[in-house]
Amino acid sequence: MSVFAVSDLSLRFGGVQAIAGVNFAVEQGEVFAIIGPNGAGKTSILNVITRVFDPSHGRVVFEGQDITALPRHKVVHSGIGRTFQNIELFEGGTVLDNLLLGRHRFAHGSFAAQLLWTPTVRAAEAASRDHVEDVIQLLDLMPYRNSPVAGLPYGVRKVVELARALATQPRLLLLDEPASGLNPEETRELAFWIDDIQKDLGITVIMVEHDMSLVSEAADRVLCMNMGQVLALGTPAQVQSDPAVIAAYLGA
Amino acid sequence: MRFAYDTSYRDGHVLLRYFPGRLAYGLLMAALLIAPWIMPKYVVGELSYVFIMCIASLGLMVLVGYTGQVSLGHSAFIAIGAYAHTWLLAQGMPLVLSMLLAASFTGLIGLVIGLPAIRVSGLYLAMVTLAFAILTEHVIGRWKSVTGGFNGVSVNSPVLFGVDLSKLQSFYYLCLVVLVLVLLGLLNLMRAKTGRAFMGVRDSEAAAYGLGIWVAGYKVLAFVVSAMVTGLGGALLAHHVGFLTPEGFGLILSLELVLMVTIGGLGSLRGAILGAILISMLPTFISRIKPLLPDHIAKQFGLETFVFGLVLALFVLFEPKGLNGRWIKFKTFLETFPLYRKDMFKRGKSYMKSERYK
Repeated sequence: MSVFAVSDLSLRFGGVQAIAGVNFAVEQGEVFAIIGPNGAGKTSILNVITRVFDPSHGRVVFEGQDITALPRHKVVHSGIGRTFQNIELFEGGTVLDNLLLGRHRFAHGSFAAQLLWTPTVRAAEAASRDHVEDVIQLLDLMPYRNSPVAGLPYGVRKVVELARALATQPRLLLLDEPASGLNPEETRELAFWIDDIQKDLGITVIMVEHDMSLVSEAADRVLCMNMGQVLALGTPAQVQSDPAVIAAYLGA
Repeated sequence: MRFAYDTSYRDGHVLLRYFPGRLAYGLLMAALLIAPWIMPKYVVGELSYVFIMCIASLGLMVLVGYTGQVSLGHSAFIAIGAYAHTWLLAQGMPLVLSMLLAASFTGLIGLVIGLPAIRVSGLYLAMVTLAFAILTEHVIGRWKSVTGGFNGVSVNSPVLFGVDLSKLQSFYYLCLVVLVLVLLGLLNLMRAKTGRAFMGVRDSEAAAYGLGIWVAGYKVLAFVVSAMVTGLGGALLAHHVGFLTPEGFGLILSLELVLMVTIGGLGSLRGAILGAILISMLPTFISRIKPLLPDHIAKQFGLETFVFGLVLALFVLFEPKGLNGRWIKFKTFLETFPLYRKDMFKRGKSYMKSERYK
């Protein structure tokens, strides 16, 4: 039984069929990459999983629970964290603020307790900080802890977003183009981190990515999409040598 | 120069971490406590008014500065707080209970006004709240049995445990205590989960949803908290003016509140207070310098409005971060002396946001 499965998923915006009957399943602890040309429906799949869009048809099941009709802010409670293609950081805050917001789904005391800043709230804040520090250590964000995110370099901002998703303690992590805008060195570093996330933290990863070097290095299996449909599914080597994938996306 | 050297995670959210800060705020508090005994009477009255405006401005700051929702309707929340408090006092309610009930009632109205905020934002929300302010003024004018209509209604003296607080000095202390309590409560709330969620809703709704923040709920909660605090300010204002008429709560009051939070610096409680001090003292200041101005300027109609506009324009042009931003720069100048550079606070490259979806 797969930990995560998408069955017969369709998404239609008026005349545009963004996703057309996609099926795939992801195993526990796997790094699963989704590739394909622009407009293939890759990000749409992530957006359907995190309930930004209602699918026209089909089901999304995570850990045996149907999450197709979950309210949008409840998705993270079922253990799914995500990052965004265009960085969606909280610009007004520091790196620490952003990561602490990642802990929002955990208890931090009732409203009245927060108003009075009771010992319970203080303890919960310190515990949250402790978890956040683990993520900071893992992703080498120590120098930026108290920097406002608005002034950080692009590559660091990408990492902060990944860190924020990890702070939610997900069991499934959705990465939307984690390597876009990164230089080759940063991309290599990212590949190592994804490896750590998979092996040390045991988190299942689904990532949408264009950078084939990252995909072949980090992913266990690859799904190639085109025009909302599945073109090929298999190991990176299999998909890369698939004639249909070469014709539609990779080029000869 | 000072480097933060935290030895415990709790050090990170201590309010006054260092001795100079504690000393400065301690001295400020002491000065405020002895002020009524050494200041002339009219200054004491003026300061009470400034405190009340600080409370209202803090209320608006929660909404505009922290959750990024515009409101031009906060004069209505002040009015509702003032009238509710006056009515409850007239029914024989004790002072503290009446203030709390008035604030809660204003919060309830805030809940109703906050509901459209789930759907509309920005300019459209400004229009909804503007309509609400105009509507409230009219309702107050017509609902004679409760509000006294355009003839107005007089406010009973504040009596706490049998002590009449309507004297200038005792009322000053009442306002100061309420202001300090409100400020401490908001400081706590803003450094806790709720304050962070407010900031999340303001900066990126998509990410907020993704982290489990119930965006609609927090937007409405911000309206409720904001309305409650502003209503509390209204209850105090009722005692300050002593006689309520609907004209006292017109659009100008709303605009003044918006000026306070913008000039103070959005997203900071200190800013709300600095802005409130500046804007509520400005009319007094203008009337003071009027005799020094050439006659044809001093007698000009609308001089006050002009100065308000000028101050806003200058701040938007030269210090978009407001008085709070100016304060932080000044503090950094002192702390890093003589290493302060002019461009220290210049933002580097800011990244374009595109293809955002809600």
